[in-house]
Amino acid sequence: MSIREIFDTLEYGPAPEATDHAEAWLAQGDGHLRHYIDGQWCEPAGGNWFETRSPARGTVLALAADGDAEDVDRAVRAARTAQADWAALGGHGRARYLYAIARAVQKHSRLFATLESLDNGKPIRESRDIDIPLVARHFYHHAGWAQLMAREFAGFQALGVAGQIIPWNFPLLMAAWKVAPALAMGNTVVLKPAEFTPTTASLLAQVCHDVGLPPGVFNLVLGDHKAGQALVEHEDVDKIAFTGSTEVGRILRKATAGTGKKLTLELGGKSPFIVYEDADLDSVVEGLVDAIWFNQGQVCCAGSRLLVQESVAESLLEKVRERMARLVVGDSMDKSIDLGAVVDPVQLERIRELVALGESEGATVWQPACELPADGSFYPPTLLTDVQPAATLAQEEIFGPVLVSMSFRTPAEAVELANNSRYGLAASVWTENVNLALDVAPALKAGTVWVNCTNQFDAAAGFGGYRESGFGREGGREGLYAYVKPNWASALSGSPVYPGQVPAEPCEPEADAPPAIDRTAKLYVGGKQTRPDGGYSIAVYDAAGHRAGEIPDGNRKDIRNAVEAAVKAPAWTTTTAHNRAQVLFYIAENLAARGEDFTRRIAALSGQDVDGARAELALCVRRIFDAAAMADKYDGQVHATPYRNVTLAMREPLGVIGIVAPEEAGFIGFISTVMPALAMGNRVVVVPSLRYALLATDFYQVLETSDLPAGALNIVTGHQASLLPHLAGHYGPEATWYWGDAEGSRLVEEAAADTMKRTWVSHGRFHDWFDADQGGGETFYRHAVEIKNIWIPYGE
Amino acid sequence: MAVTNVFSLQQPGAEDHGLERNPGMDFRPELFDHLRVNRSAVERRAASLPARRSVKKEHQAAWLLKAVSCIDLTTLAGDDTPGKVRRLCQKAMRPVRRDLLEALGVGDLALKTGAVCVYHNLIGTAVRELDGSGVPVAAVSTGFPAGQIPLALKLAQVRESVKAGATEIDIVISRGKVLTGDWRGLYEEMRAYREACGEAHVKAILATGELATLTNVARASWVCMQAGADFIKTSTGKESVNATLPVSLVMVRAIRDYHRLTGYKVGYKPAGGIGKAKEALAYLTLMREELGRDWLDPHLFRFGASSLLGDIERQLEHHVTGRYSVAWRHPMG
Repeated sequence: MSIREIFDTLEYGPAPEATDHAEAWLAQGDGHLRHYIDGQWCEPAGGNWFETRSPARGTVLALAADGDAEDVDRAVRAARTAQADWAALGGHGRARYLYAIARAVQKHSRLFATLESLDNGKPIRESRDIDIPLVARHFYHHAGWAQLMAREFAGFQALGVAGQIIPWNFPLLMAAWKVAPALAMGNTVVLKPAEFTPTTASLLAQVCHDVGLPPGVFNLVLGDHKAGQALVEHEDVDKIAFTGSTEVGRILRKATAGTGKKLTLELGGKSPFIVYEDADLDSVVEGLVDAIWFNQGQVCCAGSRLLVQESVAESLLEKVRERMARLVVGDSMDKSIDLGAVVDPVQLERIRELVALGESEGATVWQPACELPADGSFYPPTLLTDVQPAATLAQEEIFGPVLVSMSFRTPAEAVELANNSRYGLAASVWTENVNLALDVAPALKAGTVWVNCTNQFDAAAGFGGYRESGFGREGGREGLYAYVKPNWASALSGSPVYPGQVPAEPCEPEADAPPAIDRTAKLYVGGKQTRPDGGYSIAVYDAAGHRAGEIPDGNRKDIRNAVEAAVKAPAWTTTTAHNRAQVLFYIAENLAARGEDFTRRIAALSGQDVDGARAELALCVRRIFDAAAMADKYDGQVHATPYRNVTLAMREPLGVIGIVAPEEAGFIGFISTVMPALAMGNRVVVVPSLRYALLATDFYQVLETSDLPAGALNIVTGHQASLLPHLAGHYGPEATWYWGDAEGSRLVEEAAADTMKRTWVSHGRFHDWFDADQGGGETFYRHAVEIKNIWIPYGE
Repeated sequence: MAVTNVFSLQQPGAEDHGLERNPGMDFRPELFDHLRVNRSAVERRAASLPARRSVKKEHQAAWLLKAVSCIDLTTLAGDDTPGKVRRLCQKAMRPVRRDLLEALGVGDLALKTGAVCVYHNLIGTAVRELDGSGVPVAAVSTGFPAGQIPLALKLAQVRESVKAGATEIDIVISRGKVLTGDWRGLYEEMRAYREACGEAHVKAILATGELATLTNVARASWVCMQAGADFIKTSTGKESVNATLPVSLVMVRAIRDYHRLTGYKVGYKPAGGIGKAKEALAYLTLMREELGRDWLDPHLFRFGASSLLGDIERQLEHHVTGRYSVAWRHPMG
């Protein structure tokens, strides 16, 4: 076309990014991408290679090593060998390496960006302006955390060897999110990138090599799920971090259950994008472009579910369609496109099938008349209206450029619709009313809430899910806890520490006096003393073998009823932290008032002398004071993200926590586990130790005089082993805490796979409940909350 | 929605671009009262927009030529003289060296700038100098730049300038009316300017750098369009902050919504601080993305600029020769 003609048409014309540097880099090593293990480039042990292709062009970019268990084993061994020295190097030493990596990423930013877009199919603008700058920022930020570890994470140490498995949608960025915090905290790493996108991880390995990172600190094993599986199953891996589908996350949750491996999962989503009638609708439209047409919608936190207030639904959708008509789909290396290629023909087919399903379920499908390139895996931007919550596409993640739209009538209904999902990764809220925004944001089940923005990321802010979107955070101070453990965690005992005596054989009751007045211990459910569903009781004996009383033999229906009561008692969660503190102090007051009764009971059941029992009771009172004190002090942060905005990192209660209290640990074990959970605003269903259950049933009388709202704490007594599966398997509670044997721990972690509930288990090791850290440290409170990051840009 | 035409002016629909002039409508505050502009979101869009589109090589040359055709070549200084204005007019009629235009294959394009923009006293000089060229003369008016004179004098100035031969009048709105929320007052003032202009087209300068918020910019845009503005324009060039992409985004979105509602196309003129070819491309991209191809001709888009042309000329020479150029190789305006 001549300049004269273009003067009239004003077409943009092609603006291709040159790929010569990327091709030259790929041509190194004869077009092969190798493992990087122990500081060396390695051929795959099995001798197999697979092709990695450009989805926009269909061309083969390179042959990548097809890793197997042997490769993984070499990498893990190298990482293990290197770990002690890497941790011992200290924060400043590690910071210097991370700083050098950040610098190197910047120095080679265009090569990284070009390779990323070639390999993944995303627009070059996105890798250039978003992915790669965020990668550099992540390494810088974590260089800082390495520097500060000794001061800011005093009392914590590295986990050891981290196995990290990342997806193909943000290949290098996800590598950075995993590698930077792990290395900063003194862990060594085995990274397994997605099979579709191995190239930029290889370049990252080269960068690590070039900055002189010690051999074995960062190891790269390429390959498909076989390599991933080998990594997950490797005995000498301390931690698995995974980003990917919920389906695979479930497999990993089960595979690691009971192994003692730490696990964090960042999984799928169906994130709501809520538009209230007073929003800036033109900005909303651009927000949607960034939400669902960013990276072809292949974003775990994509705002894929548009919820718009009915009063503005029509005008918004008209604007959205108009905007969609201007989106350009094309070769990922063209600088003037909005959507590139989806990652693989397999994914393209899945999107097609899901949209067809949506249409068959009654949705109206709208696509602009945009041109798609003839070759490559391309899908047009798509809007589905007339979608109801009951439709498959309102619930299922599509992972493509497909937006589904629904409407709502009131602010409350918007929240209800938004939370009507198995996922809970992110949400976007659009309103010019600050009262509304700050009311809605905490009510949303989402790890990240963006107010009047979407898909904002930063190394200083935590990112991660609720529900089936997974657990753990990446970024910010909260993200670092995924790669450290308290020093005392390694020192937990293999046998009980509690000074309870081995109980004597039950003996006959003494019959020479009239009996004391009979007391009936009951379950405590929904603020009421209730009889067990089954109508059975269990006799309980004290340490000397005397019959101490009978406790209800709770069953699965009692667990069901208790969970239901807890779920229906949100008042404890929504009340102010000050109110919770008041109630907890009051519980301590009333417990102290009955101190002698409890002391006698502790002494009798445990076999401690009176002084010992009195000391335990005193510590229980202190622990409750601790919890009361923490209730309104364990608050959040404002993260320093590099934008004009406030990023609130709010600590939120999980909701309902199911606790199986330590069996061996008297009253202190019960109080130490239940009170932090309550203090943070959780409702609790607790199964107390059977041997010490009478202390728990005595305790509800204290609760009844202390203004604790009904349903906040529910006590189901019985055999812990038989109640455990019902509590751990119930879909209602957001978390299970278990102090018991290895098998029970495995069961709890495996049962969590369905809903991705949080778990905290002891793997058969024993806390010293009298120790300030092991029995009452900050760890208890950290497990009782989840951090939600709320981004609030400002400026009029 | 019913649109009331409050003007009985003849529609100048017979002009060469065939555009029907915006007649305005009754004062309808319900159409803009609810508007709230989210500044951060607008700034994000404005920041990413130029990076989302790229024009290279022949396309870039063509786009830059288009930018030239949209420039209101401007001199607004106390020391302007007839000699200075004649020089500017000659440049407006021949903005780019003939040899460059021929090398670009557009020798037949008769490229000229969108207008020449001067103070009232220099209208006569400009009209005589541009006679027969097709380059219109625009005059700034209504007590430009601050507008702090009586309304009667403002209207008298408009009429005088039209009488002197200006066919485009760039008026300044009373910022105080915006800042005090006197939207009806602003509407009536603007409507009076429009009537005083008669056949001459009126560009409403919002002086956005003095309107405090983007929400005010959006509402003021609406009021001026309701009152019959042919163009809305950002700035006088004399405020401390002049044209910016975020402000432009807000104004062109108002134009888009007004068009959707009424069917009338209102023009847009960013002014002040646009001195580089690359910035000009960003503005053209913004217009194309937010309003479409129709808004990329001088009857709906102008740059208010004095130094932009020089940078574009150097870029065009680079396109022809592959060498970076300097100012003295291009004739002065």
